[in-house]
Amino acid sequence: MKLLLLALRRLAASLPALVLILVGLFLLLQLAPGDTVDALMAQMGGGDAAIAADLRRFYGLDLSVAARLGAYLWRLVTLDLGFSAIYGKPVASVILERLPATLLLMMGALFFAFSFGMALGVVAARRVNQWPDTLISTLGLIFYATPSFWFGLMAIVLFSVYLQWLPAGGFGDVAMGYTGWAAIWDTATYLVLPVLTLALIFLAIALRIMRASMLEVQGMDFVRTARAKGLSETRIVARHVLRNALLPMVTLIGLQAGTMLGGSVVVESVFTLPGLGRLAYESVVQRDLNTLLGIVFVSALLVIAVNFVVDLLYARLDPRIVG
Amino acid sequence: MRALHAFLRNPVAVAGAVLLGAVVLMALVAPLVFPADPLGLAGRPLQWPGANPRFWLGTDPSGRDIAAQLFHGARISLLIGGVATLIAVVIGIVFGALAGFYGGVVDTVLMRVTEAFQTLPNFLLLLVLVAVFGSDLVTVVIAIGVVAWPPVARLTRAEFLTLRERDYVAACRMQGLSDAHLIFREVLPNALPPVIVYASVVMAVAILLESALAFLQLSDPNVPSWGNLIGLGRTVLRSEWYVSAIPGVAILLSILGVSLVGQGLNDALNPRLASR
Repeated sequence: MKLLLLALRRLAASLPALVLILVGLFLLLQLAPGDTVDALMAQMGGGDAAIAADLRRFYGLDLSVAARLGAYLWRLVTLDLGFSAIYGKPVASVILERLPATLLLMMGALFFAFSFGMALGVVAARRVNQWPDTLISTLGLIFYATPSFWFGLMAIVLFSVYLQWLPAGGFGDVAMGYTGWAAIWDTATYLVLPVLTLALIFLAIALRIMRASMLEVQGMDFVRTARAKGLSETRIVARHVLRNALLPMVTLIGLQAGTMLGGSVVVESVFTLPGLGRLAYESVVQRDLNTLLGIVFVSALLVIAVNFVVDLLYARLDPRIVG
Repeated sequence: MRALHAFLRNPVAVAGAVLLGAVVLMALVAPLVFPADPLGLAGRPLQWPGANPRFWLGTDPSGRDIAAQLFHGARISLLIGGVATLIAVVIGIVFGALAGFYGGVVDTVLMRVTEAFQTLPNFLLLLVLVAVFGSDLVTVVIAIGVVAWPPVARLTRAEFLTLRERDYVAACRMQGLSDAHLIFREVLPNALPPVIVYASVVMAVAILLESALAFLQLSDPNVPSWGNLIGLGRTVLRSEWYVSAIPGVAILLSILGVSLVGQGLNDALNPRLASR
């Protein structure tokens, strides 16, 4: 209960940041050359000024900036993200359609980076300055330096073009009409390469942090005590070192959630996944500012939600925090 | 001097310096080796590397010399990495120094702004900035600097929080020195080493952000950027994959160089940690 209260207090503390983001972005977008109506008129192949003025009145674009900002914030409170003139439906439903692909991609990448980063970090720390450590640390450095979109393209060349093991892009083969397990398997094959691509840099960061944190914990007194009790090395690592070494890893998830969402813009574009990131890219190109603002709002909510979970996890791993 | 010595004795740091030095050299000699416009038509498009002795790295889908774009691209990457890092570090230091030095309301307000920037996925913010202000080189550089500063601010603030309690700061206060003098002449020099080390991370991030933006064709199309070339190569990926592969290796090696130099600096400036 105390734990939940603590996490809720942290959640409330992130509200000012959220409001700042929304107000800042709204004002920033006022500086954008051309609004939704201009984009619409361009799509219709031009039109006269009277129609444009009518449309502006319809979308409420003729009001003052302050009035529109107030109206915008109020609509957000009621979870109304506005209307996308480009897609011809509410922004909320456009975003909801695209959310599952991004969530799957992010969760997959997070799981892969976290578990493999943990395993590799532990191995490297157990064999510090020996060849497994050198190998793993070098791999980590190279993964860190690899641009994700380039890795994705090269993976497509190798696995889709030459070996033909995995699809090069898209999200499930609708034409095949799979159901049940076959559909899940089908979707999974489309996600393997994007997940690996997105996870690469986080794997590199995670294994480095895990290694450093293991090395730090290994030298502490309670580990010596455990060793003096005659516990086996495996048990010491699994029961005593790991739990403490995991704290910085959990912090990492909270810190990197935003970066990962940003990375999904590029990865979804490489693999033509119909996700939130690609929607963001498309709305930049199409000047669909309502949708862009909606995506930013939802992304910020996602980051805040991830950090809420991280706070809960953190308190669970380290009871001292709840106090 | 001791730090320089430690840096030169560290094989990791030297390897990084060599890689980074190679990129700098490429940038310097680019106009001498390839005096012609790297974005100009050079020959028949899509010649494989080695197929024509005139183009030892081949030509891209528009018939432009890949080697020339690679050399001139080194200038763009270093320019963007360097200037954007400078912008990010300056903003970060100002925010962090003011927040850490004054504390209280100033700290709360500045840290809320920092949090806001950190809650927002930085590539998404970069997209918004480019959508609003356009994508010429200057705008892109400033935009990258504007999205990359929050970690620098947090780091500087943490350093200031511990340093401002030191006796020498109190002694300076007693002498009646101004706050500006205290912040910039007394505390900042001591807070700087970890920030300089972190600047290498910012530079790596800046180069990656620009190349990703260029890959999406949202950066300046009129400069020979490595990311641009990878994006162009995407259209012929299935057959002429070398167009995308070659500039990607250049990005990878540059970032590797920057990270290794950063790691070497860290080891040299924090000798206690060097044994790890």
